[in-house]
Amino acid sequence: MDVFLQTLVAGVLKGGLYALIGIGMTLIMGVMGIINLAHGQLMMLAMYVTFVLNTMGVDPYISLFVAMPLLFLVGVAIQKFLLNPLIKAETILPENQVLMTVGIGMALTEIVRFTFSSDYKYITTGYSNQTFFLGNISFSMALTIAFGIALAFTGAMFWFLIRTDLGRSIRATAQDKDAATLMGVNTGRITVITFGLGSGLVAAAGCLLAPVYYIFPDLGGPFTAKAFIITILGGLGSTVGAIFGGVTLGLAESMGATYFGMEYEDIIGLTIFVLVLLFLPGGFKRLTKV
Amino acid sequence: MKKNLLPLAVVALVAALPLVMKDNYYLHLMILFLMWVVIGSAWNLIAGYTGQVSFGDAAFFGCGAYTAGLLAHHLGVSTWWGLALGGFTAVAVGLPFGWICFRMRGAYFALATLALNEVLRHGATIAEDFTGGMVGILIMPSFMSKIPYYYIALAMAVASIASLRWVVRSKPGYYFVSIREDQDAAESLGIDTHLYKMLSLAYAAFWTGIAGALYMNYMGFIDPHVVFNLHDISIMAILVGIVGGVGTVYGPAVGAFVMVAVQEMFRSGFFGLFKWLGAVSGSDSLVRVAKVLTQAHVLGFGILVVLVILVLPNGIVGDWPKIRKRVFRLDAGTSGT
Repeated sequence: MDVFLQTLVAGVLKGGLYALIGIGMTLIMGVMGIINLAHGQLMMLAMYVTFVLNTMGVDPYISLFVAMPLLFLVGVAIQKFLLNPLIKAETILPENQVLMTVGIGMALTEIVRFTFSSDYKYITTGYSNQTFFLGNISFSMALTIAFGIALAFTGAMFWFLIRTDLGRSIRATAQDKDAATLMGVNTGRITVITFGLGSGLVAAAGCLLAPVYYIFPDLGGPFTAKAFIITILGGLGSTVGAIFGGVTLGLAESMGATYFGMEYEDIIGLTIFVLVLLFLPGGFKRLTKV
Repeated sequence: MKKNLLPLAVVALVAALPLVMKDNYYLHLMILFLMWVVIGSAWNLIAGYTGQVSFGDAAFFGCGAYTAGLLAHHLGVSTWWGLALGGFTAVAVGLPFGWICFRMRGAYFALATLALNEVLRHGATIAEDFTGGMVGILIMPSFMSKIPYYYIALAMAVASIASLRWVVRSKPGYYFVSIREDQDAAESLGIDTHLYKMLSLAYAAFWTGIAGALYMNYMGFIDPHVVFNLHDISIMAILVGIVGGVGTVYGPAVGAFVMVAVQEMFRSGFFGLFKWLGAVSGSDSLVRVAKVLTQAHVLGFGILVVLVILVLPNGIVGDWPKIRKRVFRLDAGTSGT
């Protein structure tokens, strides 16, 4: 029973971070209708920002406030100069934007590899390996803090989307772009801001993950895969779904690692992905109607 | 007949090439180029003509390669049987996948193909007893010389282009294009879109699988990271298609030539140009540039994706009128002044 509870806790803690990654992806998905396949790479970039700041003695949780605005700007630049021009281009394939994100992801990975080499980097902080116990269950200090911050960000994101004017514009654009334009929403600007926001959120996830994970350039790919599994699980474009999707993936991975073996961790996510496509196309969104 | 003249001339030229060029290095590049013609044509049918962009060509490529490799490894039969069976294995994997995943459209289907590739890669890594895991499969190549491989690859490339041409000019070919242009309209006209998308996928999987089997035969070594590789296989297939021209018959051949040349250019540091320059001029910085360039081939790829999509969204063959017009106008302008 202890083993089960321990796995449950580890899964939920990881799931909180996954939710943060997934929300960024699902926002972009909802507004632009494209899957951002450079999402994990943007997170990797944020982790390297954290790493550089850490060598200067800045705590990873403080570098959050540097990495997020920085990645927001990177996201804005990508959308403005690389993705938006594609909308006008006349091509046969509508998936050009998705391909473009693949190219961006590759370029980001290689630029980082150039600058920092492929070596694994670590960020060691006082709390990286600390744990505390509730009953027989151990909680990783860093992951617990990360979970708390991730929850705070998710909450803030919801408040932003539901309460503020800009948030309403984003939701309007996601629901119906043409109608939103007719209502006076500058949808071009909204897409730029949304990509920035998505990048900022995934940057936050990167900073939170940095103290407990290795940092290396190829990190991006697996996390992009996780991000799209989460979005498919949750239902494309659904923010609530992304949270459920994130926690489900976190749980499934840690359960799989405990009861099947570590090497199956990645396969389990993909199996869930296929199962959801088979039996619940549309994801959790279909169940909740949120 | 006149229309076929240029392709036939190119085929004749390529077929005569080994008589002139004995250098193994260039033969190797040509074999890779011919292999990519096969994969690119296959990708072009499913993505360019049918509009179902696949990000997972490596899955079918790997299936073909592993069919050939495993047959030799476990049963001891010649890997050339893989060439006959690899395509069918890829179809056997592709059809159930298509049956499930063709209910999704556009980018979601692309993602599903990505997932298929990941599943197969992890599967091949974990099933160590069966596939050898990360150790991979090593076979003895059947020929010492590269020339037999060259002609086999050439025959495959010609066959794949000919079959692509035949398919797109047949009735299913028009169905494929109608699915790409508007799936709902196609459906309402009575086209079984699900069936025809599956047919298209089967064709693509078959040729990609055969190319994979050829790769196994020719290279003699595979492991999951080589054949189920997202960057080197799937993205390369997409690039070959896009650079050459999406939805054109001869586009992938042009694209394959350009991409293999570009890949090799980065890998060899512009064919040793910078290294040579560095040695001649004796400057260290040029040698360093050469080293950096050889490391940068994936970066070059990434930037190339970005540039090609921005500048030539329909590829060299697809945008040929545009290129010709621009170059022509440039010529007229310079001669005028």
